[in-house]
Amino acid sequence: MAGQITFEPDDRYNAFLTTCRHATHGTGKLAGVAVAVKDNISTTGIETTCASKILKGYIPPYDAHVVGLLKASGAAVVGKTNMDEFGMGTTTENSAFGPTLNPCDTGRVPGGSSGGSAAAVAAGMVRMALGTDTGGSIRCPAAFCGIVGLKPTYGRVSRFGLIAYANSLEQIGPMGKTVTDVSDLMGVIAGYDRHDSTSRDKPYSHSPSAEIRGLRIGIPQEYFGAGVDAGVAGAVKAAIGKLEELGAVTVPCSIPSMEYALAAYYVTCTCEASSNLARFDGVRYGPAADTKKSWHDAYQEVRRDGFGAEVRRRIMLGTFALSSGYYGKYYAKAQVARENVRADFSRIFADVDVIAGPTMPTIAFRLKEKSDPLSMYLADILTVPANLAGIPAISVPCGRSEGMPVGLQIMGRPNEDERVIDVAFAYEQAVN
Amino acid sequence: MVTEKDVQHIAELADVGINPDELGTFTHQFNAIIEYFDILDRVEGTTTFTRELFNVLREDVVEPSLSQDDILSNAAAKEDGFIKAPRVM
Repeated sequence: MAGQITFEPDDRYNAFLTTCRHATHGTGKLAGVAVAVKDNISTTGIETTCASKILKGYIPPYDAHVVGLLKASGAAVVGKTNMDEFGMGTTTENSAFGPTLNPCDTGRVPGGSSGGSAAAVAAGMVRMALGTDTGGSIRCPAAFCGIVGLKPTYGRVSRFGLIAYANSLEQIGPMGKTVTDVSDLMGVIAGYDRHDSTSRDKPYSHSPSAEIRGLRIGIPQEYFGAGVDAGVAGAVKAAIGKLEELGAVTVPCSIPSMEYALAAYYVTCTCEASSNLARFDGVRYGPAADTKKSWHDAYQEVRRDGFGAEVRRRIMLGTFALSSGYYGKYYAKAQVARENVRADFSRIFADVDVIAGPTMPTIAFRLKEKSDPLSMYLADILTVPANLAGIPAISVPCGRSEGMPVGLQIMGRPNEDERVIDVAFAYEQAVN
Repeated sequence: MVTEKDVQHIAELADVGINPDELGTFTHQFNAIIEYFDILDRVEGTTTFTRELFNVLREDVVEPSLSQDDILSNAAAKEDGFIKAPRVM
């Protein structure tokens, strides 16, 4: 039955930037289910800011493809969630509208950049949410808040209407309390869209299966090396032990290109950001550029006041890396490193079905703990490889360390999102 | 190693304004990050794209689009159905 739901959550964690008090819904698979949408995904008539002052007041005149699919499935879009500005961050502290707090411990960050979506699900305000993952932005907050989050294979979910940050890396994906919720939401949002030129014609119509006997799981040594907390590594190893009890076989492996993966990722995403974010100049949307000034002066003023420090830093890093004389040193080398990451995965996946390890090297940081940008970037080391290679990766809760949730990450071959869902489901069913 | 002057220049190229009191911090952080990027110097070879890239083309036919009102709805300055931009000359 089509109808309307009333959504008045107690948002003590600042998970939402906008809530829709009366949200309408249609009929279908998700009839009447409250779904939260990250604020970088366009929603007709609902303010969409990317948690940036430069888009304050922006009302999209069209829906992202995934939002259209959500509505067609009967879901109620109940609000837009907080995030790191334009998706640039690992904590949700880079929001222009204040940080989101981790529902598991309000002295800690929820992770980022989809921290609002993760917190909204973890706190039980919504059953499921959409996030986006450029270098771990779905999986990191899922791990930090103790929920499930999937970064789909690149191209399986349309990016049309997603406000772009780094096109070659980012994917919209489902987040939920359970693997079944994530699978159900994936079933709604996946599929071909002619408005996205990187779209794959790979719809998803899968019901999770817990049967993993004989499955071969690669365990890369780099995912348990220096920088990974002992408590996190212990929880993840115990989870992998559980998968072995269920009949899976573990195989040690190595991803040598990991050494360069993080640098390759940050060069690539800042270069793409420097181009993508050129559109925010206060002319077509956002705060008004002073039309009496010369255009450089007017744009610089709007962008200085409208963008936070991290966004300006990444635009400048990308501008620098692409500037004459540096292209070969940074961007070109990053693309070679990226190909090496893909080649490593391809070699390993010839022998194993999935790869498992921790999602994040630590538990959720304390608020303001990561004040230095480089130290924040380094926390992404275990999630960026999947984005560089375009492969599916899921984070599923696997116990706790120091009382905080830990995420088990399962990565799979391109287009085998179903398999990573199954492995996560098998683990979830075995421990719950 | 980039200097404050370099960072100022990059900020101008990128049209991101930078306040004088931010310049020192930005320069310091910039250097730490690009020093980390130097690890890429050790990557050998040139790019050979193995990615499954292909062109996506369509017939050049007119399709329904957003209305002029929709397009202008978020512009802060407009006049006679046009968007007003800062002067270029």
